[in-house]
Amino acid sequence: MSTDRLLEFDDVVSRYEPVFGLETHVELGTASKMFCGCSTTFGAEPNTQTCPVCLALPGALPVANAAAIEATIRIGLALGCRIATWCRFARKNYFYPDIPKGFQTSQYDEPLCTAGHLDVEVDGETYRVEIERVHLEEDTGKNLHVGGATGRIHGADHSLVDFNRAGIPLVEIVTRPVPGVGAKAPEVARAYVAELREILLALGVSEVRMERGNLRCDVNTSLAPVGSLEWGTRTETKNVNSLRSVERSVRYEMRRQAALLDDGERILQETRHFHEDTGSTSAGRSKEEATDYRYFPEPDLVPMAPDVAWVEQLRADLPELPAARRARLREEWGLSDTEMAWLVNAGALGLVSDTVAAGADPADARKWWLGELSRRAKDAGVELTDLAVTPAQVAELTQLVAEGTVNDQLARQVLDGVLAGEGSPRQVVDSRGLAVMGDSDELGAAVDAAIAGAPDVVEKVRGGKTAALGALVGAVMKETRGKADAATVRRMLEERVLGG
Amino acid sequence: MSSDLTRLDVTALQAALAGGETSAVEVTRAHLDAIEATDGALNSYLHVDTETALATAAEVDRARAAGEELGRLAGVPVALKDVVVTDGVPTTSGSRILEGWRPPYDATVAARLKAAGTVLLGKTNMDEFAMGSSTENSAYGPTRNPWDHDRIPGGSSGGSSAAVAGFLAPWAVGTDTGGSIRQPAAVTGLVGHKPTYGSVSRYGLIAFSSSLDQAGPMARTVADAALMHEVIGGHDPRDSTSIDAPAAPYVAAAQQGAQGDLTGTVVGVVRELGGEGHTDGYEPGVLEAFRAGVEQLRALGAEVREVSCPSFDLALAAYYLIAPSEASSNLSRFDGVRYGLRVGDDGSRDLDEVMALTREQGFGPEVKRRIILGTYALSAGYYEAYYGQAQKVRTLIGRDFLTAFGDGVDVLVSPTSPSVAFPIGQRVDDPLAMYAADLCTLPASLAGLPAISVPCGLSEGLPVGLQVMAPALADDRCYRVGAALEAAQDAARGGTFLGQLAARA
Repeated sequence: MSTDRLLEFDDVVSRYEPVFGLETHVELGTASKMFCGCSTTFGAEPNTQTCPVCLALPGALPVANAAAIEATIRIGLALGCRIATWCRFARKNYFYPDIPKGFQTSQYDEPLCTAGHLDVEVDGETYRVEIERVHLEEDTGKNLHVGGATGRIHGADHSLVDFNRAGIPLVEIVTRPVPGVGAKAPEVARAYVAELREILLALGVSEVRMERGNLRCDVNTSLAPVGSLEWGTRTETKNVNSLRSVERSVRYEMRRQAALLDDGERILQETRHFHEDTGSTSAGRSKEEATDYRYFPEPDLVPMAPDVAWVEQLRADLPELPAARRARLREEWGLSDTEMAWLVNAGALGLVSDTVAAGADPADARKWWLGELSRRAKDAGVELTDLAVTPAQVAELTQLVAEGTVNDQLARQVLDGVLAGEGSPRQVVDSRGLAVMGDSDELGAAVDAAIAGAPDVVEKVRGGKTAALGALVGAVMKETRGKADAATVRRMLEERVLGG
Repeated sequence: MSSDLTRLDVTALQAALAGGETSAVEVTRAHLDAIEATDGALNSYLHVDTETALATAAEVDRARAAGEELGRLAGVPVALKDVVVTDGVPTTSGSRILEGWRPPYDATVAARLKAAGTVLLGKTNMDEFAMGSSTENSAYGPTRNPWDHDRIPGGSSGGSSAAVAGFLAPWAVGTDTGGSIRQPAAVTGLVGHKPTYGSVSRYGLIAFSSSLDQAGPMARTVADAALMHEVIGGHDPRDSTSIDAPAAPYVAAAQQGAQGDLTGTVVGVVRELGGEGHTDGYEPGVLEAFRAGVEQLRALGAEVREVSCPSFDLALAAYYLIAPSEASSNLSRFDGVRYGLRVGDDGSRDLDEVMALTREQGFGPEVKRRIILGTYALSAGYYEAYYGQAQKVRTLIGRDFLTAFGDGVDVLVSPTSPSVAFPIGQRVDDPLAMYAADLCTLPASLAGLPAISVPCGLSEGLPVGLQVMAPALADDRCYRVGAALEAAQDAARGGTFLGQLAARA
């Protein structure tokens, strides 16, 4: 669909310097909405989670959700921000059907948190992203356009509005422009969002499920010739909703803008839409017809004045943040930077950590999550965290292997059972009869049968060709369908063929 | 005693109901009959809820007969300004844009009156979205003043004032943003009190200007006003600006004041509100009645001083920036999407056109004027010069009050309005003349302070009100001083103020 001329990325970064910035919206995971008691549960029937307040019926008034204010302050603290001692909500006025009051209750020149930063790592290098502000606002409803082929407004014959989402607490985190990262801009942008997501998860303030729109990014990108003292005109790409898309949108805008600049054209300050399917952006609203939002302090809500001692308590109670946690775990597990990076990139850090906490050896835990479990997730097309196995169950599995109850091959069968919902690893071992056979009568009988069934091999072994014992081991393993422990079988064979 | 029931104040009605001299049904029917007989001329009600009112009254009578525990106001009829949202009862705020809307919930004020056992007679007329001082801006026709049907009943709570003065309700709820309780009370001979901002919940009042709106009582006596305030006031978790602090009892303050001793009370007369050098626009008869009222306060033992509040001269200008600014935002929700009027949705127009048409046809001229004023005042590039400056003036007005009260003044007094009820139609084409009706009431509104209007005499046969302003949360002072004045007036007159109107009928 795109007819944009694009320059090769390497060419772009050899002659142009990018600046990017991000506005990230995070839906908080509070039980109730920002200004009323309605539930925030995802996926309910349209307009079932509404009340006079979030439908903006005449006369209804907002009351601020204290849990949302606390969560916003905790985000600000985790990002090293200053926390306002006094600030207000403001009304952002504009007409749209999904904004029931005719204004969004947001914050304007008095945000809750200001002046923070987030350090992100790309290829072993650390980049500092400055945070301009973190403020609290409310989400809009959702418009559904009916009757068209695409679900978009064009071609639709009517539209419906679902207000379940209207009023869900939304935190906006705005970076300062990030210059000077050159070719790394797309990756730093992505790493910033990834790290922010980890922090939000660690704080427990949001589920941060990007596919549900819990975290949505607007990505600003501009380009100027290398050595230029001024930055270029920026575009704002709206609703970039996956980590990969963040990286792609920056890369695409850099390539598109460079081609225009090469042709001597001007970059329009405009809003652009990102298309997941093609990885391209297209022009949206031009800022020339920018709305005057007529911000003014929200008179229906009293100012927020977070008590300093309370804020300090929140700071003291912050959980270990992801960067510190990674450093600690890397140390504890004795991993290299690269090994740690694999773990993080695979989204397995938390799972491995939890598995270790449940009693597994770190190396075993890592092996299972990065190996067998990653393969299963990939085959099923799901995220690791969506697999139907818990870190505690994986820990149990590693213990079963360590104590010799099962071997690796059996362990995979045990995993099949766990994933099929047959219970804990031990329960699966019992129900499927998967335990390794010890030095039992049953195994003894199988060993004897192998000896009796291959007198020629026995002769060779007794004649000094001990390597031939392998054939007998194989016969026993086949007979026991893999349930025997090979070392035990070998020992028993040696005893019985060569004498103890 | 049916014919007299509409003449009783609430305190007397309560006694008659409790003593079994009458029943709730009888009282309710007496008012409904009176409405039926005379409201065709007054147009004080927009909606009369006959069946529900009688059913509610019957239920009170049944409960009383059964010896069940009753609410404090069991069986007492009440009228609500149509800005108060009422569950299942049409609520229009005087606007075409809400015609036919039946709310699914009760305002806190409505819920508290319901819980106290009152019988809702109906919803009263008002200037559209409470914007006006004459009730001529109602989309449903003007209301007439019971003292003179060719004159306005004040506004914006003119339906409430006319209903109570016209004996079509013993009392009513009004709302006051810049004077909309006090001015209509003054020009119809009632007591009207605007509580301290945050004293009465705004939850369920259709917002005009959020930082100014307050609901309050409109009654025939100070004691009745105090009683209603006690019932509808108090903290409400649904209103973030509601004050969570105990208030002094209002009824007791009124009773104390009625004993007529104001010894030790310092009364400040505000020079800028009709005093020397500031009499432009004030009718001589109004000033005369006001000064007589002040002399009565002095005679009751009060120490009277003149006080200067220089910033009050700026109140009108500041008010007409702040209130329209907030209104322009508050009224944005009327977009035709979820409720009320929707115009032009015939498939040929896009969304913006339907919204624009709905608002074009749904709002009256005064509402549009204020939306445009407010939109302009909040616009980029103008915000500081208009809204920002107005907020600074607001701070200065608050300081003038603090200075006066800090100097040992207990209450400040002024005329409630510069004029008596003016003829219908006289000011409709002159918004500034209309706005001037609120000259004296605006300072207390902007400062969030309590202020009561109490009748203090007649000018050209029409009522004049005296305003008593007090520090925040000192509403009890308004009731105490107001009741003292009322008692002195009644004693001198040998009857109630409204008795003069009743005698004419």
